[in-house]
Amino acid sequence: MIEAVGLHKSFGETHALAGLDLDAKEGTILGVLGPNGAGKTTAVRILTTLTHPNQGTAAVAGIDVLRHPHKVRAKIGVAGQYAALDELLTGSENLGMIGRLYRLDPATVRRRTEALLQHFELTDAAGRTVKTYSGGMRRRLDLAAALISEPPVVFLDEPTTGLDPKGRLEMWDLIAGLARGGTTVLMTTQYLEEADRLADDIVVIDHGRAIARGSVDQLKRQIGGERLEVKISDAPHLPDARRVLEALGEGPLFVDEEDRRLSVAVTSHDGVLTRAIRELDTAGVHVDDIGFRRPTLDEVFLALTGSPAEDRPPEDAVGEEAGR
Amino acid sequence: MSFGWWVRDSLEMVRRNLIHIKRTPELLLDVTISPIMFVLLFSFVFGGAIDVGREGGEDASYINFLMAGIFVQTVAFAGIYTGVLLANDLQKGMIDRFRSLPMAQSSVLTGRTLTDLMRATLAIAIMWVVGMLVGFRPEGGIFGNLVAIGIMLLFGFALSWVGVATGALVRTPEALQGIIFAAVFPLTFVSSAFVPTATMPQWMRVFAENQPMTMVVNAVRDLTLGTNLYTAELPSVLWSVGILLVAFPLGVWLYNRRTTQ
Repeated sequence: MIEAVGLHKSFGETHALAGLDLDAKEGTILGVLGPNGAGKTTAVRILTTLTHPNQGTAAVAGIDVLRHPHKVRAKIGVAGQYAALDELLTGSENLGMIGRLYRLDPATVRRRTEALLQHFELTDAAGRTVKTYSGGMRRRLDLAAALISEPPVVFLDEPTTGLDPKGRLEMWDLIAGLARGGTTVLMTTQYLEEADRLADDIVVIDHGRAIARGSVDQLKRQIGGERLEVKISDAPHLPDARRVLEALGEGPLFVDEEDRRLSVAVTSHDGVLTRAIRELDTAGVHVDDIGFRRPTLDEVFLALTGSPAEDRPPEDAVGEEAGR
Repeated sequence: MSFGWWVRDSLEMVRRNLIHIKRTPELLLDVTISPIMFVLLFSFVFGGAIDVGREGGEDASYINFLMAGIFVQTVAFAGIYTGVLLANDLQKGMIDRFRSLPMAQSSVLTGRTLTDLMRATLAIAIMWVVGMLVGFRPEGGIFGNLVAIGIMLLFGFALSWVGVATGALVRTPEALQGIIFAAVFPLTFVSSAFVPTATMPQWMRVFAENQPMTMVVNAVRDLTLGTNLYTAELPSVLWSVGILLVAFPLGVWLYNRRTTQ
């Protein structure tokens, strides 16, 4: 349903995309995972006809994005981290206007506006102007606006960035519901947990190209599933802790010296925790906290590229800005 | 893309703009309070000091002379101001939403300029009433006055496409405010809007008597007062049409370029 091949996009000297391929099957959620400035927003803007790539081809719902942008627009819904709504219009006026601009007949617009407001729990706020909405409400209305034409393909650009935990969980439910209904979703995110939870397939991008792709399970095997994380009491013991954990786990060790936090991928839970505590104790390392958890995006990047995600050169972030 | 859809989308955009005005009435200050102030200030402050002769109609009064100038100045500013409103819109995410919809993309611009045509009409109506209260006597007859209104609205509509083109060029609405002041003020003052051009230095007269603002002011003055001093009707319409023919495609092109970066 979404197919992009060899997308290149430069803003001056900055290469926002450097040969990106994307592929999402009908009725699945494709998670595009990457840090700020990796090129996620630029990719979404190309696929949603908002900007032209310098090179490469893209098709959405079988329609060429570059040759027939107008036809593509009839098939897609777009929602993003910057909710594109009219602040001075009420919630239902926004949905009504966008519905009519999708060329839906007035009866359909009214019916769907009402249904979406209810489904997104905005009925009470429907008559208020959007500028009075909270961040979570804006996002929900933004998503509702993307769905008013019941498009077969939906693009969500960092749909939960900036939301509080409750808003994030609500958003996740709504997105999961979309795919269950047969909609194809391309979603960008900075959160591995989010991609893990929602996506059928994940593409990890960095510097405008894919550095890993596959199903969630394939990717986890590639980067190591869960991680053992230890927070130690005293900084001088960092080298000892490092030695112990390196022997216990697999792959590179992630160390946050300032926070005295170390983590390493582990293949199974069996006896690992006990061994870790015993060996750290023997080495004279005092432990504040220890446990298993999912890897963070930083650790994924460390595993895949050998350098942490925050080491992106700043000009990439500039490119992403310019793409907006 | 059919013409019918383009009209419907444009009206949808007009509707959006009208809701904006309803919710933030201060958006109308520039076409309500300011023109009233101008009529009153100019007529009372300059009225006694400026001799306009037969250019002031039958009773040679300054208010009769002034009204055409005030009308055209207000309509011109309201037209160019389109650019500020568009630049405002461009800074917000809403344009990206419109870009991703299967609508006639230029309807964002036609909706904007049509709304500003309505703003200009309101301004003319208000000034007409205030003008008559302080002595404006349009003796040009219903037909002449309607043609005068048509000529000024056409000029304002043409300038709002100039506004579209400049609004799509500038980074911020504030930048455009400055440009408008620097560009439009000389045009209104170095014209026949507020004083007869006869007393200006020769080099300035050449410009003042041939520039579009003067043409429109003179045409409106003749038509509203029922005089026949300038024969500027045709040139004023040609100027407006000419500006429109350049600014309309240029505005659409610049807007498309700006929004697909």
